Amino acid sequence: MVPLSWYLILSAVLFCLGVLGFLLKRNIITIFMSIELMLNAVNLSFVAFANYWNARGGLLPSGKAVVGLSGHVFVFFVMVVAAAEAAVGLAIIIAVFRTRETLNVDRVNLLKL
Amino acid sequence: MVHQILFIIFALMCVAGAVNLLRQTHPINSALSLVVVMASLALIYLLLGAEFVAAIQVIVYAGAIMVLFVFVIMLLNAGAEERSSGSRIALIIGVPGALVLGVLVGWIMIGQNKQLGSVAISATDFGETHFIARLLFRDFLLPFEVTSVLILIAIMGAVVLGRKES
Repeated sequence: MVPLSWYLILSAVLFCLGVLGFLLKRNIITIFMSIELMLNAVNLSFVAFANYWNARGGLLPSGKAVVGLSGHVFVFFVMVVAAAEAAVGLAIIIAVFRTRETLNVDRVNLLKL
Repeated sequence: MVHQILFIIFALMCVAGAVNLLRQTHPINSALSLVVVMASLALIYLLLGAEFVAAIQVIVYAGAIMVLFVFVIMLLNAGAEERSSGSRIALIIGVPGALVLGVLVGWIMIGQNKQLGSVAISATDFGETHFIARLLFRDFLLPFEVTSVLILIAIMGAVVLGRKES
């Protein structure tokens, strides 16, 4: 038996590391990877809460029924959106690199060349 | 007891991979540490009884998305990251902010430990693919179809963005 709070703390730690990476890294690809890390952290809390509600019969304290597996379906949708985001984001990175010849975000500070 | 030990091992692997992602200067090393994070997260999903999610975590995230990342890193021949002074403000405000966020969430979670209760390894068939499929294709059918349109638009967007300007 692992307390639910451990899973949530791990999720928070991963999310904070993702935020730190987003703020501190200068390489545009690594910044993008930090975003993926944050999405993964959120997925972990979705799955942990899905298991939690399933073990409690899928009932909220108010007596309202929730489907425990909805958390898994949400993770599925998050992954689909992350895949779409990765495809478009990496295409944008390639387009930026083609015009500026750099991956450092500090040098990409003009909207128009 | 075994459950807790396994959780701690996988959680440490996860955090170590994430810290390594921040420490490395070359993007390919960061990408490989992100694969470690995703693989150990898949193991944690297995502990939570989410077999289907663990499988697609490995196939979609650690497989497809990370291959895309590695592919772009190789394509652009990305070298080691250069440090520049622009990150000074992020260092001064961002690091304490993120630390405060993490410590606050952790503190609240430890305080709410009793009310939250604990999670057991599911002995039931919870998380099996056919239950998720029933939910996905019945209750969540409209969102599912909308995501397929989203994917189509993303593919077209990637093709348009990646095309050479004539």
